[in-house]
Amino acid sequence: MRKYLFRRLAQTIPVLFGISILVFAMLHLAPGDPADMLLGSEATAESVEKLRHDMGLDRPLAVQYVSWAGRMLQGDMGRSTVLNRQVLPEIIKRFKATLILTAGALTFAVVFGVGIGILAATYQHSVFDSVAMLIALAGVSMPIFFTGIAAILIFAMDLRWLPSSGMYPAAGGDIFDLLRHLVLPAVTLGAVSAAILARMTRSAMLEVIRQDYVRTARAKGVGERRVIWVHALRNASITVVTVLGMQFGYLLGGSVITETVFSWPGVGQMMVRAIQARDYPMVQGAVLLVATSFVFVNLAVDMLYAWLDPRIRYS
Amino acid sequence: MTVHSPKAKAADMDDKTDAPLLQVRNLRTEFDTHAGVLHAVDDVSFSVDPGQVLGVVGESGSGKSVTALSIMGLIARPGRVAAGSIELAGHGDLTTKTAAEMRKIRGDVISMIFQEPMTSLNPVFRIGWQIAEALQLHRDMGRKEAMEQATDLLARVGIASPEKRVREFPHQLSGGMRQRAMIAMAMACAPQLLLADEPTTALDVTVQAQILDLMVQMQHAEGAAVILITHDMGVIAEMAQKVAVMYAGVVVEEASVGEIFDTPLHPYTQGLLASIPRGNSRGQELQAIPGLVPNLLHLPTGCRFRERCPAAHGPCAKAEPPLKAMPHGHKVRCWLHNTEVPE
Repeated sequence: MRKYLFRRLAQTIPVLFGISILVFAMLHLAPGDPADMLLGSEATAESVEKLRHDMGLDRPLAVQYVSWAGRMLQGDMGRSTVLNRQVLPEIIKRFKATLILTAGALTFAVVFGVGIGILAATYQHSVFDSVAMLIALAGVSMPIFFTGIAAILIFAMDLRWLPSSGMYPAAGGDIFDLLRHLVLPAVTLGAVSAAILARMTRSAMLEVIRQDYVRTARAKGVGERRVIWVHALRNASITVVTVLGMQFGYLLGGSVITETVFSWPGVGQMMVRAIQARDYPMVQGAVLLVATSFVFVNLAVDMLYAWLDPRIRYS
Repeated sequence: MTVHSPKAKAADMDDKTDAPLLQVRNLRTEFDTHAGVLHAVDDVSFSVDPGQVLGVVGESGSGKSVTALSIMGLIARPGRVAAGSIELAGHGDLTTKTAAEMRKIRGDVISMIFQEPMTSLNPVFRIGWQIAEALQLHRDMGRKEAMEQATDLLARVGIASPEKRVREFPHQLSGGMRQRAMIAMAMACAPQLLLADEPTTALDVTVQAQILDLMVQMQHAEGAAVILITHDMGVIAEMAQKVAVMYAGVVVEEASVGEIFDTPLHPYTQGLLASIPRGNSRGQELQAIPGLVPNLLHLPTGCRFRERCPAAHGPCAKAEPPLKAMPHGHKVRCWLHNTEVPE
């Protein structure tokens, strides 16, 4: 297991290196010279040249990359050109909000998606199965801007059960306020993942239930509930974890639409704004953080695989 | 092969050792298919005495495995046991048991080993865990005690360094070792009846002999009766005391192993015996039974074997022959041996 972990950790190094190259290249591939853009159209050629020299833009690309990467590793991501604040604290604040939303959405998705998927497989062809899969299909195809706005209209405006936007009340609040604010966006965002998980869990379970070893378990006198939740689920969970990992990575990038609909101050919303404002340091920092976290989520998923499936662990 | 007196397990069996352990009567197992109801097992009756080895032979699709799964109560939708009774000494008719009652019997009083050792063990659980589970379920044992017992069982089925193997996963074991582990699991609770569905078919020839030896050993030690399902007459000769030959869902012949090999009565049995390669038949062509097992949804009229039978004649197309008792406990389902030929 430890050997596998180290091998897998070593594999992340070239990936992270590739990400850093791409993020670095972003600045240079983007149209226009950063110095030009900073100084505006009325700057003299001389002052642009001076700024280019000060920013190190006249040095070879490799040299620029090394010094840039060095700064990134020290957590110095530069200053946002729009907010004129340090990038890193800003991104971390946003990333925390996205992490909370993701955790909420995935909790909902796992409880409902996996649960419904298992029950649907156990009672294949039943009314429950048909209805659940129909709803799941609808859930996969329903756009978030629709479900989100519908949820706000019903639960926030009409019934007034839950707040419709932000993380806290304007006056600030405690963890319970946060949870109340979290419900609608998390459920809206998690519904899609829940639907995908339900369908994948169901098909994985159906495949596993037909395996010989499930028959062996029954032949041993294992009860039906234990057959499903222990013998079959452990095998099906390999598929479930794959889907879950992909959803997790995808949600970490921030769901722009959900964050916009519910005014959730997350990374996705921030990135869109930064891109629109050509706030390169901000975009770079955010992409770097999101991509890196994606790599580590994948690593965690692979570790989970190895824990779930001894055939991976011992090969 | 000698008949071994069983180490009686249930107290009520001591005084009636000649009563059969298992009595299957008129068992009919059906499957709903898109093309209609399929009778996989069609009016099958047989009995197994305590400690006896009953061989069930027949080609694929003859209903051998479905018979075994019916006894286990493991026929799942769209299949069902539609008629008949399965009487287990001391437990009554298994077909009337609830799911919970059957769970207590499965793995304890009756257990089963399967054809495919490669896929019959759960790949994500340790060998020891899987064996211990049966003991924890039926013997009210704690985790630790069950694991110790699992290690002992692995040693008894001839697995070297069992204390290491209990902690391993199925993929770390060879096919032969996995089948040994399956036998250990099946024998964990010292069952009175062991169903072995083609236990050696998927194994190398050299390993086959070892597994058969092991089964004989375990069976003698525990006094368990065995229903050995196979298509291999060689395995039958080596293991069984009584043989039931199945064809297309029915028993066509039943007799002691000596009778079957010396005086096979049914043309199908004769065909099966002729298809065994023998040492002295080198250079000769192997005898095969022409044709295939009929589609159970479209059985021929009369005798099911008629279309492949070299001895088919007039009455065979008219009616299905009954299973008729002959001398020496021999039973056969064939108009050649039945004078009450239909008009």
